[in-house]
Amino acid sequence: MTIALSRRAFISSTGALVVALASPDWADAAASDQPAAARSLKPDQLDSYIAIDRDGVVTAYYGKIDGGQGLGTSIPQMVAEELDVPLERVQLVIGDTGRTVDMGGASAATGVSRAGMNLRRMAAQARKLLIEKAAEKLGVPAERLAISAGVIHDSADPAKAVSYAALIGGQAFDSAVKWNGKLGNTLAVSGDTKIKAPKDFKVIGTSPPRRDLPGKVFGTLEMAADVRLPGMLHARMIRPKIAGAVPIAVDESSIADIPGAQVVHIKDFLAVVAEKEWNAVRAAQKLKVTWSESNPNFPGTEGLHDYIRKAPIIKRVIQMQSGDFDDGIKQAARIIEGEYEFPTQSHSSTGPACGVADYRDGGCTIYSSTQKPHYAVHGVAELLDLPPEKVRTIWMFGTGSYGRNDQGDATADAAVLSKHLGRPVRVQYMRYEGIAWDPKGTASVNRSKVGLDASGTVIAYESISKAFSRLNVQTSEGRAADVLAGHLLGFPLKPEQSFEIPVASYTFAHQRRGWEIVPPLMDRASPMRTSHLRDPYGPPILFGSESFMDEVAAATNTDPVDFRLRYLTDPRDRDAVRIAAEHYGWDKRPSPRPDAKSADVATGRGIAFRRHFTTYVALIAEVRVHRKTGVIEPIRYVCAHDVGLIINPATLRQVIDRQLVYGTSRTFFEELRFDKNMVTSVDWLTYPVLFADFPLPQIDIVLIERPEEAPSGAAEMALGLVPAAVGNAVFDATGVRLRRVPFTPERVKAALEKA
Amino acid sequence: MAQSFTLAVDGTTRTIVVDDPDMPLLYALRDDLGLNNPRFGCGLGQCGACTVHIDGRPSRSCITPLSAIGDSKITTLAGLGTPEHPHPIQKAWLDEQVSQCAYCINGWIMTAAALLDEKPHPTDKEIVDVLSTLICRCGTHGAAIRAVKRAAQAA
Ligand code: FES
Ligand code: FES
Repeated sequence: MTIALSRRAFISSTGALVVALASPDWADAAASDQPAAARSLKPDQLDSYIAIDRDGVVTAYYGKIDGGQGLGTSIPQMVAEELDVPLERVQLVIGDTGRTVDMGGASAATGVSRAGMNLRRMAAQARKLLIEKAAEKLGVPAERLAISAGVIHDSADPAKAVSYAALIGGQAFDSAVKWNGKLGNTLAVSGDTKIKAPKDFKVIGTSPPRRDLPGKVFGTLEMAADVRLPGMLHARMIRPKIAGAVPIAVDESSIADIPGAQVVHIKDFLAVVAEKEWNAVRAAQKLKVTWSESNPNFPGTEGLHDYIRKAPIIKRVIQMQSGDFDDGIKQAARIIEGEYEFPTQSHSSTGPACGVADYRDGGCTIYSSTQKPHYAVHGVAELLDLPPEKVRTIWMFGTGSYGRNDQGDATADAAVLSKHLGRPVRVQYMRYEGIAWDPKGTASVNRSKVGLDASGTVIAYESISKAFSRLNVQTSEGRAADVLAGHLLGFPLKPEQSFEIPVASYTFAHQRRGWEIVPPLMDRASPMRTSHLRDPYGPPILFGSESFMDEVAAATNTDPVDFRLRYLTDPRDRDAVRIAAEHYGWDKRPSPRPDAKSADVATGRGIAFRRHFTTYVALIAEVRVHRKTGVIEPIRYVCAHDVGLIINPATLRQVIDRQLVYGTSRTFFEELRFDKNMVTSVDWLTYPVLFADFPLPQIDIVLIERPEEAPSGAAEMALGLVPAAVGNAVFDATGVRLRRVPFTPERVKAALEKA
Repeated sequence: MAQSFTLAVDGTTRTIVVDDPDMPLLYALRDDLGLNNPRFGCGLGQCGACTVHIDGRPSRSCITPLSAIGDSKITTLAGLGTPEHPHPIQKAWLDEQVSQCAYCINGWIMTAAALLDEKPHPTDKEIVDVLSTLICRCGTHGAAIRAVKRAAQAA
């Protein structure tokens, strides 16, 4: 979608700025209007990325999305910077597959680092071409030209000037750019000119407010769930009470008294539709269905980690190896081992997924807040047996989605229904679907082992995580095999087996890091299918590896910060740890604190560190532990954060602050409950999350500025450190090591009593 | 049985015909009146995404049957304030840049607005108490509390 730019600001064809930039009027594009016409999208053409209209308004075409974390503001900043236009004159088209090149969607926090940098280079290229055109038009050598606010002038004679609008307004650049031949996250395009050096920045590094917020705060911004198309039907999906059961008989007469209600039953896919939404809801509640027998025999929440420990390994990968761990551990004077458990967690987005599909004339248009609109095209095309060119996703704002949540499933359901019924269909998932039926973040058991030599130096290190695959269904809805509708309609499944290893920035002589995958609890249409949840493997792995680092530090009587600095060699790794410690006022001593056993209420501090791609983060947590109740109060977080070049410091701080609160929810509350038949977490009473009455810590964010370094991502890098930082602080306070997330009072109390 | 209801929403009065008098207000606002800002989050009264003011009181429209509205006045987020005349809490929300996706925003702003309308200088505990029944999966809780305090201080 586009946040339309006010045309109050324009430039006359002579180049003079006629109307000062009044407060820009960010109105949302009316979704119910006809969508803007699709455009030609050759990835090797500048016009696919940047356009300048007759008023001099620059449009950049962004093939990812804005999940509410400020990309809709920081990407235009990057474009405005390179084109030397006021930020107000840059608008962004977001995630419409008919108008943007496939840049891969929101994944791995690459909005700025990949897609943003592509658009920045394209803006620089556009600037270069405009200078060339101006040189010709004004008869002035290019070196003498300067730009201010989208007007190019002769620096020796400022009266000689021409605006972008006059040079190109409304016309194509018609200019090829270098393209690496890839689409998605790895798409890279460049021109034949340089981007600006940090010393010349005017817009990058400033903090204009978020463009999407006024529409959100005043209730005028339309979201995907608000799309209403003429003739649109409302649908609700019908899901079994026991996982794996499929409908064998449907009693349509059970909803005969509900006006307009109608059953759609295709193979194992079952839905009700109605003209009026409430009637669809009522029909879904009332419909009588006979389900097949199913006996999932799930291990249940409490039995899950034992199950994982004992389950067969279907794939084992040693992803990183240096030296010879087996040899190293043999030489060890002392061996330390630690095991850590992470629970299954649900995306449980605030809004259960909602997708609208309009199948007509042998094509399909999707309206969705999916993270991956371009993938949705391919998944829907496969499901509906259409060529991908006939499917278009119009991305719109919607509920926060951090990973492969339920959105792709709802989109696919809507597409299937729309084709079947020949009318536009809106599928709104109910609350239980958004928790019980979304793809899950996997539970894991992380085992670590180190060998120390006689001096206490770590000579051998091993970390192995055993878990369900993070790709049991893909991280997008790009194939029929990856959505519930595809499963229910009998498409062949295509699970992949994969997990990850902890950050490898510590240098030990002999290392082995890897993972083991256990079979899924159910193959087809499983409520327990696993995929990416925000920071897909960060929290499970780092809880294990960074708690264990602390365990080894304590076992060797070493201060936890010193311990890490001893084995970190990269300067950016070291700086993150050092700067966090300095800002916190870290008191150097081994954990636990000397009086750890005595007090009823004990205070401690813990640190955790990671590098994720080229983002470097250290988090210190200070906590107060109430021994009698098992309650942990986080008092303060200090997060030192290095993303390289910072585009918008304010939105960056907001993203880090909000994700640390979210990470706190996952650390203290979130554990999916299920029994032998089905997921039993179905709402906010049965899937506990953080509420505002939780005593939130003071959060200090220290941004490490490195303008010369390429920008990296920030949307998920800090949150994965919360479990380990808090767990390490609890150890410091009490001498007791927490080995299982979430840190509920009962579990903490039990751990304290056992010690 | 089809039945008609007259609703006074955001200063205008409109009549709608529905099939079920117990239909929750949320569906009338969204589907019959085309108002987008109250959102479906749970339909169970557990999250707040559907919050509107009914005679000034924050109410969860997903569990409020139409038959219970009578001639009460309903205000949605879009009727609370405008960019030119924002409610103090809307101004504070922008100053603090609270939200990420903002799917939850009706619950937070409408609940906080009702608190401040009734009590311009609430205690910290009162602020936390009213906000502690609201879901936000983007982690804006701390920022929201700061915004409410900011609005209260400015009052
Ligand atoms: S949607 Fe009404 S409280 Fe959740
Ligand atoms: S801002 Fe996304 S749910 Fe609250």
